[in-house]
Amino acid sequence: MEVRPTERTGVFHRLRRGLSKTHQGLVGHLDSLFSGRGAIDQDLLDELEEFLITADLGIRTASRLLEAIQDRTKSKDCDSPEKVKEVIQREILEILKAGERPVHIDQKPFVFMVVGVNGVGKTATIGKLAKYYQNGVERIIFAAADTFRAAAIEQLEIWAHRAGAQLIKHHRGADPSAVAYDAVHASRARSADLLFIDTAGRLHTQVNLMEELKKIKRIVRREMPQAPHEVLLVLDATTGQNAIAQARLFHEALEVTGIALTKLDGTAKGGIIVAICQELGIPIHYVGVGEHLDDLHPFNAEQFIQALFA
Amino acid sequence: MFESLTDKLSLVFKKLRGHGKLTEQNIQEALREVRMALLEADVHFRVVKDFIESVRGRAVGEEVMASLTPAQQVVKIVHQELVTLMGSENRQIRLSGNPPVPLMFVGLHGCGKTTTVAKLARLLKGNGRVPYMVSADVYRPAAVEQLHTLASQIEVDFYEPHQGEEPLEICKKAQDNAVRRGCDTLLIDTAGRLHFDEILMDELREIKRVIPPKEILLVADAMTGQDAVNIAKSFNDQLGIDGVILTKMDGDARGGAALSIRAVTGSPIKFIGVGEKIEAIEAFHPDRMAARILGMGDVLSLIERAQTAFDEKKAKELERKIRKAEFTLEDFKDQLRQIRKMGSLEGLLQMIPGLGKVKGMGSFHMAEKELVKVEAIINSMTPQERRNHNIINGKRRLRIARGSGTTVQDVNRLLRQYLMTRKMLSKMKTGRLTGVPRGVFPFS
Repeated sequence: MEVRPTERTGVFHRLRRGLSKTHQGLVGHLDSLFSGRGAIDQDLLDELEEFLITADLGIRTASRLLEAIQDRTKSKDCDSPEKVKEVIQREILEILKAGERPVHIDQKPFVFMVVGVNGVGKTATIGKLAKYYQNGVERIIFAAADTFRAAAIEQLEIWAHRAGAQLIKHHRGADPSAVAYDAVHASRARSADLLFIDTAGRLHTQVNLMEELKKIKRIVRREMPQAPHEVLLVLDATTGQNAIAQARLFHEALEVTGIALTKLDGTAKGGIIVAICQELGIPIHYVGVGEHLDDLHPFNAEQFIQALFA
Repeated sequence: MFESLTDKLSLVFKKLRGHGKLTEQNIQEALREVRMALLEADVHFRVVKDFIESVRGRAVGEEVMASLTPAQQVVKIVHQELVTLMGSENRQIRLSGNPPVPLMFVGLHGCGKTTTVAKLARLLKGNGRVPYMVSADVYRPAAVEQLHTLASQIEVDFYEPHQGEEPLEICKKAQDNAVRRGCDTLLIDTAGRLHFDEILMDELREIKRVIPPKEILLVADAMTGQDAVNIAKSFNDQLGIDGVILTKMDGDARGGAALSIRAVTGSPIKFIGVGEKIEAIEAFHPDRMAARILGMGDVLSLIERAQTAFDEKKAKELERKIRKAEFTLEDFKDQLRQIRKMGSLEGLLQMIPGLGKVKGMGSFHMAEKELVKVEAIINSMTPQERRNHNIINGKRRLRIARGSGTTVQDVNRLLRQYLMTRKMLSKMKTGRLTGVPRGVFPFS
């Protein structure tokens, strides 16, 4: 496995720090699950199920993985608990590898439209993304298209300041599509490299608000063909099975091109993305592992699994 | 995806017809379905395990009541157990003591603390209290501004911190100010934090020691997964939680976190947040939550929301009409107007059991402008047409379209929507519309 040292202390350390906390809580340590056992018995499978479910993989995905294990145990290549661990990691890796597709910034301006339900960390993610892509010369513009929530514009303004980005804003209550329109034109006129459109959080079940998002996307595309180049769905790792519904409905409405999974610095493991990867095939682009400006990283399937099983 | 548990259990029990008693063997498969339902609803694994055992204990040996099928019997037991688990006498926020009574709100990032504080302040104000708000969140960009904007919106006084003031200092000054201004309730919004963040938890402990709040309320996202137990346990161990407010309940999350949190903290859930608008907060009802976790829909909430939006007489009349399937276009127009007071039509339909995820629900979507059109169309109909849609033939449709400045397609679409609504409504004519108690205002 290829892990650069800086990332090891970065993402993995943070992931692990958070995840190790979980183990002190209700979940038993996984190593004790696999080591110190002679044979593969029902207890092992039960505990494995518990492990997968408490990591939010969901009952369906967990059952599917367990079935795969049970099939394998009949053959020779999976005859000890250690092997079981290997097999299950390989199975999950296979699913997540398909979702590991980094974003290529190949247009100028490159337009990100950032969407998600309330409180997942859209604005913070934009701030961190800007920092991630900012290497001193990039010209970055933020569009404050969350015109609904109190102080959302102010919040983005502060992140813009931190990340060295320019801000296109209207007043609270303005038409978000109009903000996006202005931002697209501004990004062209100022020959910006990147444009991030922040949108208001909304539950995926709110049809009118999803229509509003479609409109924003439509307007952006009309003014700049091929834009938005990325429709980034931000998901909170703390979220359970509902994340699938979120991903599905946002995808249906907007053709989401990738996911940013935030708040992985907590004790939640974000196992739901395994289910999302498998069922919807949406790539995972980034993971958020903290509150600092540089706490956003490209998604790496191996690291994710390492943290999951840590 | 949202087939109700009752349906699944009915299938399980089909082959067991004729059994008079629930036995260990014949409920085994049923309990597996219950387990699935609970895990799909994000109830924590261990909590599910314990719960299933307690249900098994209760169910085995129970006579199947004459009026019920075994499936219904099991659902009834499961539902009752859930209600018992989540229920509590103690669902009111205590507000006795010397004013200003401090309430502190804690939780993770993005769970909706600030919005919840404002919603509660508005409720308190409506109840004759004089709230005072303060944000001790000096970390998140524009958090303080957010609280101030909301405070101004509901016309509640708030503390404006000075540059560089520490959270504890802010709370103390806010308390002093609240006294000086004669406010009787102090609502303290705190910064979102991870439950194992020692430094930030210390900060909360300090505030707790100095102020001390009458109640500490944990604000939690209804969409939270298995991690809900860790979060709730951590906050409870370190601060002592007096109650829980569950937010974002207006989505389609089944909200199993409610059960997990309740199981690990023992603290009652006191309120639920049901929307982004400042008035979107409701009392917590264990029976409805139980039904929702089991995927059985939320008919009771639907009816209550209908009741607050409709006046009693109209509701009675509507009920009669639904029963008799006399729901006319005139009523449809009326309903559309009233329904807007309750929220979106899709939202409402999703509360009906089994309709959670009907495809093509989008066709029910009526935008603000659409509604004006609909009214115009219905107003262009003759009284006979409104009473009996069957007589509206092609020629009449043309006339109606001309009269209302719309197209025949618009008229067709409206009729389709009317018929679908009528069909949906007829599904809920189970007599449940009567005798539902109104939500009691949950403050002592």
